[in-house]
Amino acid sequence: MTSAHATPILKSGHLLGIEGLSPFEVTALLDLAETYVVQGRAADKKTALLKGRTLINLFFEASTRTQSSFELAAKRLGADTLNMAVKNSSVAKGETLIDTASTLNAMRPDILVVRHQDAGAAELLSRKLDCSVINAGDGAHEHPTQALLDALTIRRHLPKLNGGGFENLTVAICGDILHSRVARSNLRLLSMMGARVRLVAPRTLLPADAERFGVEIFTDMKAGLAGADIVMMLRLQLERMGGAFVPSAREYFRFYGLDRAKLAFAKPGALVMHPGPMNRGVEIASDIADDVEVSLISEQVEMGVAIRMAVLDALARGLARNQTESRGLS
Amino acid sequence: MNGRRIAFRDARLIDPASGLDVKGGLLVENGRIADIGPRLFNDAEPTDPEVINCHGLVLAPGLIDCRVFTGEPGSEHRETLESASQAAAAGGVTTMIVMPNTDPVIDEPSLVDFILRRAAATAKVRVAPMAALTKGLAGEVMTEIGLLKEAGAVAFTDGDRAVANARVMRRALSYAATFDALVVGHAEDPELTQGAAVTEGEFATRLGLPAAPALAETMMVERDLRLVELTGVRYHFGQISCAASLEAIAAARARGLPVTCGVAAHHLVLNELDVGAYYTFRKVRPPLRSEADRSAMVEGVASGAIDVIVSSHEPQGADTKRQPFASAAFGAVGLETLLPAALQLHHEGRASLSHVLRALTAAPARLLGLNAGTLAKGAAADLVLIDPDEPFAVDAEALHSRARNTAFDGRKFQGRARATYVGGECVFERGRV
Repeated sequence: MTSAHATPILKSGHLLGIEGLSPFEVTALLDLAETYVVQGRAADKKTALLKGRTLINLFFEASTRTQSSFELAAKRLGADTLNMAVKNSSVAKGETLIDTASTLNAMRPDILVVRHQDAGAAELLSRKLDCSVINAGDGAHEHPTQALLDALTIRRHLPKLNGGGFENLTVAICGDILHSRVARSNLRLLSMMGARVRLVAPRTLLPADAERFGVEIFTDMKAGLAGADIVMMLRLQLERMGGAFVPSAREYFRFYGLDRAKLAFAKPGALVMHPGPMNRGVEIASDIADDVEVSLISEQVEMGVAIRMAVLDALARGLARNQTESRGLS
Repeated sequence: MNGRRIAFRDARLIDPASGLDVKGGLLVENGRIADIGPRLFNDAEPTDPEVINCHGLVLAPGLIDCRVFTGEPGSEHRETLESASQAAAAGGVTTMIVMPNTDPVIDEPSLVDFILRRAAATAKVRVAPMAALTKGLAGEVMTEIGLLKEAGAVAFTDGDRAVANARVMRRALSYAATFDALVVGHAEDPELTQGAAVTEGEFATRLGLPAAPALAETMMVERDLRLVELTGVRYHFGQISCAASLEAIAAARARGLPVTCGVAAHHLVLNELDVGAYYTFRKVRPPLRSEADRSAMVEGVASGAIDVIVSSHEPQGADTKRQPFASAAFGAVGLETLLPAALQLHHEGRASLSHVLRALTAAPARLLGLNAGTLAKGAAADLVLIDPDEPFAVDAEALHSRARNTAFDGRKFQGRARATYVGGECVFERGRV
């Protein structure tokens, strides 16, 4: 069986953001990912679903977990993977993004996974390349696979949390919302699925008109956590602690770092998430990060591989058609 | 002072916070105001408590001076918290708000703590510190506003420095708004005023002094008003000095912005001509302005458009003031002349006594969220006994401040503090009350 014969899941041939996805597509991806959770826990983790396909990881920003997660997902599905080391590449020699794209296009990859520091970079590449493009993070815009893996993680705990669906679920996203693509993708996805989303941050880290997303805004973390089912912490980049947005790490931890005292304001049994990598003692206390009763952080990483396998599978289902149309004739 | 009672009788009680202005008496017990009323101690001289006959003089809440520079830490030869507090007590000031412009700058929670401990150990009046808005007053990196506020900083300011960088200012204001912290700004464009000693105009031209136009202040006022509108921060202009600035602030308030402003006593009394023959004790920041601007400041206090009157007490020594005018340091001491200078508005018929005192008591208390500046029952017995009519001439040599750089040496005023009480304790008495 090849993926081309399976039911299509995604309308688009790319995954550029949560924006544009329907709740149906999200649910289908999460359902598909569940099967890959099972596969990932089996002794034989490998299938031949993407045999012969080529996936290129093009990361303009350093990444450990996202890049390796995509690589592992692709390998478990039988694809050939290539990690482009941007630092040593022609990009470092001044090549433009479009020229890089043309070069890559000529190598005929099937799927390009791209992370770039500029918002809209993945969108630009998707218009220039013949392959499927997956946005693995573009500036402060979107990081759709992170939001999907977070949703998968949350969904697996819903029975314990509120015994139901995303409706009646309250998620507090805390920290550097302003610079966070994770926050933007998550609030889009969670709102779409019916969850109540709160943003908790000092005003310097809240984007303008954030309330237009239909979320509640809090600058007092205790008030923002009150009654929350999920506390989703964001990473504060080191360069933003030195005074430009926040005066110091110790002040940030005092008012916006998740410790036991602040977590006590959330709903009893509330769970904690973090996209990683963590700054212990800045946005999260170690005893919470390491508490398996509370922290979903390791589970998020596992779900990351599963959701990426699901995304690759879903995109590959459309790929076969595209190839016949656009490449098969050339 | 445990169990101690002091009774004031035959006083004119003025409490701007409640609008009270009535003859009567006031009872202090355990350092707090236990009772107040028109007939209190009217008839009999009570024998039990200590009785102070006020002979019709004004008994008001002790003054709160929102803008006091001292030299502690770092320049103790100019002024310490202790010596400033002596001057404060002599001026009827029971709470000094001290500026962070010291060496080191008060930009660390531990330094706020230092000021509070030093003040508790040495000062005769209450002291509340403002902390720096940017680290080292450098205008580049915001301070730990949350931790500093918890340590006891009542507001955040770079003192007599403006934050020139609008990006830094925007983020600092936005961050301060997160903690509902009050920011106190200084409105003077640093580039436009660089090297300037006086306000630009005919008189400066005649003196040949480097000068900057008054709009250097108004431009900054207008910029900051826009940033307040963007960030929603509570913002107070520490002192303004010209009519155009006041117009801009009044218009912003009419639009509902949370802004207030203060004026230094010397800007109510003196104008640019008072610089006279290069009199460096009248070199202040912002500089003395035109008569039209001075008059607008008086009108602003009278109308309530200006909220508080401050001394902008800034001690300087002979080393910094005995210089050619352009090289001399800015600043004048003012704790002891704050009340007499402000009372001039009352004597000129521009404002009632109660209105003038409001700008020195209830208004600053409200601005800074201090539990002071009132004669309400239960409040701390921080009091000043004022003879509002007593004529006197300022004698620089008789000042209690360590520094003597008053802008008012020899100036004749009418009305001053006769006695000052902090928590019911007499900290100053002029002659026999």
